[in-house]
Amino acid sequence: MNPRGADMTPARTGRPASAAPAALAGTAGSACGAAPPPLPEAPAPEGRFGRFGGRYVPETLVPALDELAEAYRAATRDPAFHRELAELNRTFVGRPTPLTHAPRLSEHAEKLAGSAAVGAGGGEGRGARIHLKREDLAHTGAHKINNTIGQALLAIRMGKRRIIAETGAGQHGVATATACARFGLACEVYMGAEDVRRQALNVFRMRLLGARVNEVTAGSRTLKDATNEAMRDWMGSVEQTHYILGSVVGPHPFPTIVRDFQSVIGRECRAQCLEAFGRLPDAVVACVGGGSNAAGIFHPFVADAGVMLVGVEAGGRSERPGDHAAPLSHGARGVLHGSFSYVLQDEVGQTADVHSCSAGLDYPGVGPEHAWWKESGRVSYRVATDAEALDAFQVLARREGIIPALETAHAIAEAIRLAATLPRDANVVVNCSGRGDKDVTEAMRLLGTE
Amino acid sequence: MGVGRIDRAFAAVSDSADAEEVSGPVRERGTDGHMHPGGDRDPRRRGRGGGALMPFLVAGHPDLAATEATIEAIAAAGAQAIELGIPFSDPIADGPVIAEAMHAALRHGATPEAILAMVRRLRAGSGQARDLPIIAMVSISIVDRIGRDRFVGDLASAGIDGLIVPDLDLDEAPALRGSCDRAGISFALLIAPTTPQSRAAQIAGLCSGFVYVLARTGITGERGALPAGLPARIAALRAATPLPLAVGFGISTPEQVRDVLAVAEGAIVGSALVRRIEEAHGRGDDVAVEAARFVELLVTGASAPAEAPP
Repeated sequence: MNPRGADMTPARTGRPASAAPAALAGTAGSACGAAPPPLPEAPAPEGRFGRFGGRYVPETLVPALDELAEAYRAATRDPAFHRELAELNRTFVGRPTPLTHAPRLSEHAEKLAGSAAVGAGGGEGRGARIHLKREDLAHTGAHKINNTIGQALLAIRMGKRRIIAETGAGQHGVATATACARFGLACEVYMGAEDVRRQALNVFRMRLLGARVNEVTAGSRTLKDATNEAMRDWMGSVEQTHYILGSVVGPHPFPTIVRDFQSVIGRECRAQCLEAFGRLPDAVVACVGGGSNAAGIFHPFVADAGVMLVGVEAGGRSERPGDHAAPLSHGARGVLHGSFSYVLQDEVGQTADVHSCSAGLDYPGVGPEHAWWKESGRVSYRVATDAEALDAFQVLARREGIIPALETAHAIAEAIRLAATLPRDANVVVNCSGRGDKDVTEAMRLLGTE
Repeated sequence: MGVGRIDRAFAAVSDSADAEEVSGPVRERGTDGHMHPGGDRDPRRRGRGGGALMPFLVAGHPDLAATEATIEAIAAAGAQAIELGIPFSDPIADGPVIAEAMHAALRHGATPEAILAMVRRLRAGSGQARDLPIIAMVSISIVDRIGRDRFVGDLASAGIDGLIVPDLDLDEAPALRGSCDRAGISFALLIAPTTPQSRAAQIAGLCSGFVYVLARTGITGERGALPAGLPARIAALRAATPLPLAVGFGISTPEQVRDVLAVAEGAIVGSALVRRIEEAHGRGDDVAVEAARFVELLVTGASAPAEAPP
């Protein structure tokens, strides 16, 4: 059994200061009567989630991280910042995003219940209701915009007019380029050459939005290497440039800031659940690469011990090293890109190769708060393989008329599996973190229908 | 061994008549028991206006045998210490030359274990590298994964004299400094141009042996002129620490080495050397010979009496 209640005390005191929830509540509250978010917690200036997190970066960057932490603290205490962000979320991003009941997906899970596919957990009377939190309907087609708008406002407050970002699938790059276009900021995006190939559509979108896309040919030519290059740029440009990191990874204060900006998802979702079915959901499921959409939807539920939280990593082709991108499930503790968390490394600390069919999950690290949630037992982390994700990708399209991102399809796969083991009156919410338009070419290739 | 060997490298400064002012802080350290005021008696390492040239090499680039030969050759050519970069898959402080050299070294099997075996061979040999201070530059990702005490112990027993960690969380520096103290090796952290003075004092206070001063913001790589503000920064750091100061990042010519050694105890040259090694390797030339030729140029250029700073 998981001593969840006992574990929560250190979890809550151990996480870094977050003044943001109070500040960022505007959209949820205005649209669906969300309860006020919890009060800010005591500052933890060292930026640790338990023992995870920290700032393992070259000294050149540390003063910029201090400046960012201070700018963020000041912003969250400034009502004008909250008003501006809430207004942009409402009128530009399109928030709140709906919570959509998925009756035919639920029916699919019910049919699976009792079948061999779900094992002993299924059976008669099983097959929970599945609901989708529709981040795919946010502007630019994914949750990434929640973070980039917030960080662009911070950059402007710090007087930094040049923005850099890394991107894997291109969704964060597009969301960053979008925010920069909206505010008139210069934008450069680093993207691995392999991802430039896989996600050509998003490369063109970024360029249309006025961003410069720098193709990274070093190392594995994917997200990890794009992140290295963005950090190298920042080493030399730090005084005039803000780095909009796209996930809950990296050195403090990024994991906290990104989580807070993404927590608008969970706050809206919580209020929408109370409105739609009069109680909190029984389970919340989200895919985890770096972990920003998961952190955003989980965080407002962390204190609700009755809500099961499930993160789904990319299981790839197999459990063998190099065949997956699941550091929480198959990795170990270590340092990557500025924070101590779970990573996929060899036995002497060299970052391992990773694989996922989804470019957004194809990353050897994960946010430090997820590492803390894993070790505290508050969140359970599982994997969905490439094949399971591709299957769920098609199931959601056919049964609900929604084509999810391949990243999101990992969460859908697990939600189906989980719903089949829960009673019919249970409610499972999946974070539908992005839409799949960007993935159709890759899906055609993978499904052999080219 | 260890800290003593590093102190001797910087103590060469105090042998030099025209380095009186610069070496002041070093001399003050004489009371801590680490100083060896006799300095280095090798004439090539003296009378250059003071200061130690510390070339940087990527261990295992292009392969470990070449690195071993290169260390011997550049010790003979007048290098007073070596900064030995342990290759890391994701070196975010490094520019393309060093990053690519690290990737190549990793492809050719340069594990920490194999690198330390090479250092042991140098220490057991009869060449000039036998007593050359060797300081390992290692990402915290590697230190942390292997285990701090174990890794530091392995360094010391192989004959490594000091550790530089470029990406440590400062909160963890006291513990790692403690590990280094127990193992008898020095411990250096980086101070950047962006570092406020109060934090610089804190960082320097956690170092032993010397402090690594970044000449500029940005990643490693060859650049034009030294930043104009460097002497003033160095002067300000003197108020924060009595330790020798070694300056690196973007130092690539004899003139730049000379200018750095006019104000600091150490000058670190990395990318310019690593690039020459890569080019020599590409041509099929002897990389050790090429590296030694460049180091000799740095040493003689830096010590040209007519150009010596006042």
